[in-house]
Amino acid sequence: MKEKQENTQLLGSPRRFWAVMGLLTLLLVVMLVLNVNIGSVSISPGRIASMLWDGIIHGVDSSTESQILFRIRLPRLLLAAILGGALSVSGYLLQVFFRNPIAGPFVLGISSGAKMVVGITLIFLARFLGSVRPVSLVLAAFAGSLLITSVVLLFSQKVRSMSMLLVIGIMVGYICGAVTDFCITFADDHDVVNLTNWSMGTFSGASWEEVGLAAALCLPGALGALALCKPISVYALGEGYAQSMGIRVKPFRVALILLSSLLSACVTALAGPISFVGIAVPHITRSLLKSSRPAWVIPASFLCGGVFCGFCDLLARTVFAPTELAIGTVTSVFGAPVVIYMMVRRRKGEEA
Amino acid sequence: MEPYFKTEQLAVGYDGRVLIHDIDIRLEKGKILTLIGPNGGGKSTILKSITRHLQTISGRVFFGEQDLRQWQPKELAKQVAVVLTDRVRPELTTCAEVVAMGRYPYTNLFGRLTPGDKAAVQEALERVHALDLAQRDFASLSDGQRQRILLARALCQEPETIVLDEPTAYLDIRYKIELLEILREMAQEKGITVILSLHEIDLAAKVSDYLLCVKGETVAALGTPEQVLGGGAVEKLYGMEQSSYNRLFGSVELAKPVGAPRVFVVAGGGRGIPVYRSLQKQGTPFAAGILYENDVDYQVAQALSDNVVSAPAFWPMTDQQFRLAAKLLLSCASVIDAGTPVGEFNRKNAQLLQLAREKGIPLTKCNP
Repeated sequence: MKEKQENTQLLGSPRRFWAVMGLLTLLLVVMLVLNVNIGSVSISPGRIASMLWDGIIHGVDSSTESQILFRIRLPRLLLAAILGGALSVSGYLLQVFFRNPIAGPFVLGISSGAKMVVGITLIFLARFLGSVRPVSLVLAAFAGSLLITSVVLLFSQKVRSMSMLLVIGIMVGYICGAVTDFCITFADDHDVVNLTNWSMGTFSGASWEEVGLAAALCLPGALGALALCKPISVYALGEGYAQSMGIRVKPFRVALILLSSLLSACVTALAGPISFVGIAVPHITRSLLKSSRPAWVIPASFLCGGVFCGFCDLLARTVFAPTELAIGTVTSVFGAPVVIYMMVRRRKGEEA
Repeated sequence: MEPYFKTEQLAVGYDGRVLIHDIDIRLEKGKILTLIGPNGGGKSTILKSITRHLQTISGRVFFGEQDLRQWQPKELAKQVAVVLTDRVRPELTTCAEVVAMGRYPYTNLFGRLTPGDKAAVQEALERVHALDLAQRDFASLSDGQRQRILLARALCQEPETIVLDEPTAYLDIRYKIELLEILREMAQEKGITVILSLHEIDLAAKVSDYLLCVKGETVAALGTPEQVLGGGAVEKLYGMEQSSYNRLFGSVELAKPVGAPRVFVVAGGGRGIPVYRSLQKQGTPFAAGILYENDVDYQVAQALSDNVVSAPAFWPMTDQQFRLAAKLLLSCASVIDAGTPVGEFNRKNAQLLQLAREKGIPLTKCNP
């Protein structure tokens, strides 16, 4: 009995993990309530609960409040939560892949690549496809993510240092941005209307269809990441050790890239490019957990990303109401300082 | 005994280009094989090839009965564990977690550690005397501690063979010895076969059952340390032209000062060694005598001077040896008496000192 106790202590107890999960769940609930509550029409928490109850039992009634709740605010905040989680896990998977905490879909240009292909789809293919469904946007974004990821991977074999790779990623991002702008310049006005709103990045105008699609893709994607948590934990020691412990390194790396691209593609397709969440949230999560154990970091990151994006969206739509800010504006304000802090601290650690 | 690890006409290299060929190793279970040789000579290439980190070019490698190519990744992981030169720095990971990674081939789909796995982690940490480091952050360790944890990780994998690529690099002498002692223990008690590469020839000779000298297109030599290290083999292996390696001491002497001897050193019983070395540092060529061939001084004098008068062990020194020494002494500008006591057999040395006094050659006495 005594020995067993020693053993559990040896590897750390999951108490901290559950505490962090509890805290994040609490924040999630607060975020949900605030998000529904605050807006041009404010709805009290008690009213929200009763309307939710009625809505689920009897269906949505036609009162304005109910319409706002079910048609606008609820899908929007659910979409923000799901996509925030997806973006965090996507960033985390890239960090595992590059074994570097300063990797993310935005800084490596992957989001911009997805945006470029989505832009081209909206502008040119929309004519042939008739109306563009969210599914085709996700597919386009996925193709764009994979395209840019493979470009970045090609460069990663040439350059050893991560900072060089980041610079390359940012440059690739600019090239994609330029291509997107080029297309916009020469597109018809009414095609561009679709695009401008979306390319700013926003959760506004979220529909239940989009929420459903996001849930159908991102939740399995996140679960897929969780299923990889065993090889992920070992991969932290590098390819050499990973292989010697029995990991088939190549398929594992492919799986990481596919999952990460899928998750970030969903986000880009459904909400537009959102910056820095993919780096900042996993870092905050690791710091809260004081551990890099993937079985803990993945679910906590997902939850934390949801909370983070929920709050950012709340700020985006309320601070300068009725004008809405782009979601990327708010996430940058909070996310970029975290990234700068990480880079500075890392540099110190390397020198020491 | 049937060999456990075996290579047959193995050829290794990069990108299809052969670097070393015809490597034939046969190693019984529980033995230690050390690869020695100059940097860039191909030690790492061989090690990477037998652990499947590098594709072999031709020939075969066996662990147990089975060809390396036929092992499934997870089954091979239960046979062979590695300690690599990669500098790894996982963030926010405790040492116990790093060691627990070694359980990878044994745990279920989600990597859940059973009580048995946890016991293995604890045992591995105890083996390398690092149980107190279990909760420490791996990134905060010193090089010596980090290497011990990585060794514990390899042990935790419960392999039949451990392959270590220069495990003692960056370690200070205490940790080097500690690490090699742990390997010796593992080989003896658990019958683990150990294949490693080392820079320290002296330690290699002391810890290994077999040595493999790696240089050039094919392996230079394979055998027990005694077989491999004699007759100037080390000098040749590392391309040492001036300096020399002493097999009995396992130590290296720097280059001989060149020219006619200027100082004559009378010594014996170990008192001469510091004198010889200090003369070498000043670059002063010297002569030494008369030394018994079983004297420690003789080993070093030989390496540092071409003018050593020696006498066969266990016989009194002869007049002929004295004449030879006297001739050298008279050609020198000064004489050093290392302070070796004079007894029945080495009385001739006292006569040499007497001669110096008579002829007025400056005489210095050390170790009074």
